[in-house]
Amino acid sequence: MTHPRRVRITHPRTDAARRVPVRPVVHEIDEQTQVGEVYMASLVRSQRRLALLVCSLTAVVLGGTAFLGALAPSFARMRPFGIAAPWLLLGVVIYPAMIGLAAYAVRHAERNERDFTQLVRRQ
Amino acid sequence: MTHGYAIGALVVVAVTTVAVGALGLRRVRTTSDFYVASRAVSPQWNAAAIGGEYLSAASFLGIAGLILAYGYDVLWYPVGYTAGYLVLLAVVAAPLRRSGAYTLPDFAEIRLRSVVVRRLASLLVVLIGWLYLVPQLQGAALTLRTQTGAPHWLGGLVVVGVVLAAVAIGGMRSITFAQAFQYWLKFTALLVPAIAVLSVWHQRHDTIGDGYPTALRATSVNIASSTTVRVEQAETLVVRGVLDGRSVDGPVALPPGRHHLGAGTRVELRAGDVVPVIASLPAQHNDDWLRPLGSGKDHPLYASLSLMVAICLGTMGLPHVLVRFYTNPDGRDARRTTLIVIVLLSSFYLLPTLFGAFGRRYVPDLLLTGNTDATVLLLPERMLGGLPGTLLGALVTAGAFAAFLSTASGLTVSVAGVLSQDVVRGRPDRRRATRIRAFRLSAILAIGVPYLLSLPSERIGLAAVVGLAFAVAASSFCPLLVLGIWWRRLTGAGAVAGLICGGVLATIAVLVTIIGGPARGWTGALLEQPAAWTVPLAFVVMVVVSLLTRSRVPSDVGRVMVRLHAPESLDLARIPPDRSSAGTDRSSQSPPPLTDVSTAPTDSGL
Repeated sequence: MTHPRRVRITHPRTDAARRVPVRPVVHEIDEQTQVGEVYMASLVRSQRRLALLVCSLTAVVLGGTAFLGALAPSFARMRPFGIAAPWLLLGVVIYPAMIGLAAYAVRHAERNERDFTQLVRRQ
Repeated sequence: MTHGYAIGALVVVAVTTVAVGALGLRRVRTTSDFYVASRAVSPQWNAAAIGGEYLSAASFLGIAGLILAYGYDVLWYPVGYTAGYLVLLAVVAAPLRRSGAYTLPDFAEIRLRSVVVRRLASLLVVLIGWLYLVPQLQGAALTLRTQTGAPHWLGGLVVVGVVLAAVAIGGMRSITFAQAFQYWLKFTALLVPAIAVLSVWHQRHDTIGDGYPTALRATSVNIASSTTVRVEQAETLVVRGVLDGRSVDGPVALPPGRHHLGAGTRVELRAGDVVPVIASLPAQHNDDWLRPLGSGKDHPLYASLSLMVAICLGTMGLPHVLVRFYTNPDGRDARRTTLIVIVLLSSFYLLPTLFGAFGRRYVPDLLLTGNTDATVLLLPERMLGGLPGTLLGALVTAGAFAAFLSTASGLTVSVAGVLSQDVVRGRPDRRRATRIRAFRLSAILAIGVPYLLSLPSERIGLAAVVGLAFAVAASSFCPLLVLGIWWRRLTGAGAVAGLICGGVLATIAVLVTIIGGPARGWTGALLEQPAAWTVPLAFVVMVVVSLLTRSRVPSDVGRVMVRLHAPESLDLARIPPDRSSAGTDRSSQSPPPLTDVSTAPTDSGL
């Protein structure tokens, strides 16, 4: 009775692969390697996009108000609550709009940073 | 007795400011504390302090006055003052905090490693600071003169004295408390009279009315220095003094057109008289006043848009605003602070509009003297009368003084910080006590010069002069900050070229407007509101020169970018700030405690 000798077969890479030290992304960034630069560039890009978006929205809100006042005489004649509509818009309504934009900017900038932190820590 | 209440209010504000400042003194331990409150100020406190510092004479008095005179178009000023923080929040708040820069020159040096850029930035900080301080001191002079009849030079001097005392006692930490307190004081000082005025208005079922502004009741107006006024429709006015070179005493029939009033002349307006308007202000029909672009200026749409560019982009370049961001613990808090600032400003700016609009109805006689900046001061008394009116008038005076004190002390600290680092320089290894003495010496210089400049009385509105300071800031520091933070290829040479180009052009435009008075036509519009062309030009010059000198991009730009943009929660090896520069990051120098804090103020002799 010659049983074939039992051979234990294991996946060759699991152990070996783990033995190679993982370089944390934080080090890549610290050491200014190309990998680190790519990570940082992605963060800067997303934040820059957000900054541009918020500035554009501000410009749209302010510019829109300016042109509405200047070019729409029928709007200028409206009197909700007995106050001239352009005054109500530029004197009151525009402020909550700006607060809303600011809250949006804060929330998304923090989200970008959170995403970046998770991306860097996950490795 | 009216004067008594106003003077009392003023003394209370001055004493409280110094006292609140002194409360912070016990916590001042190190030089770092002295300068920037150790960065341990919560966003709420910090935001109130920023609001307190930012709401200057221009906001408290100037806007209402301009609204009375020009109408709808002026509403852009407060909107711009708020939107400036929105741009600041989106573009520079967090990175600027993370840079660890205490002043704009520090930022320039951290980012570009160039002493030349640093020096240039220092020069601009001092220029902008002084340009901003002059109207504060003029506002103080105006307030004191309006409420107590004090001589022109006294109001500014009071502010100078209190500011120097507060700065000497506590430095920045104390100022954080004092500033936060002053935001709430200013807000209350406008809110309470505003509610009173609104309810009176509501009871009377009043409207601004059609036609030209008319006196609501008999008012006697003294003309201090000879002026030219415009009469829009033929009417009979009671004039006592010199009119068009003849001496008159009694009712005179005035044809429409320009008329000259000699110094010391008294105009006795009766109820229903159309108010003659000083020649430097537009004589608008109330319908035009209500209407967008109805201010009667040349090219009003261009002027509105250019003003918005100046204010939105200039806010980030104001020296006293940047220092406040340094006291936030980290970049995230810097953003949150800015958001709260926007909420606080939005609430405040509802009020000057109200005062300006009611002023058109209740204090139109200011159009005759051109002294419209006094609108806020006079309105409560005029509308309510009696003791309530007097008390509210005193409250408003207190708020106005809080406005001058807070903005002036913030600017003084910032300008003095730059002066003491880059101008009043001692040996690099000088002792801490010497440094603090240099700082105090600089403080005297920082506020003394604008005080002298404020003495000749000016006839440009407070808010307008402040607008010019914004234009210079927007044309110089905005490109430096935006490109410095978001564009890796900026070089020192590019920054120098852009700062010189934008700064010099805007300054020339400002000087021409201030010295020569407003010109007409496109030239006048372009010079009075230069930001719309100087800001893009400065950006273009900075980019083009940087690209031409691309070999000189600082070698450590990658590290600086990490420092500006990476969240603090990551354990990155943040590069230590450059130790060669005295002001880059004081906390890193871990100064030993001052052995005897309480004697520190006295060694300057203040």
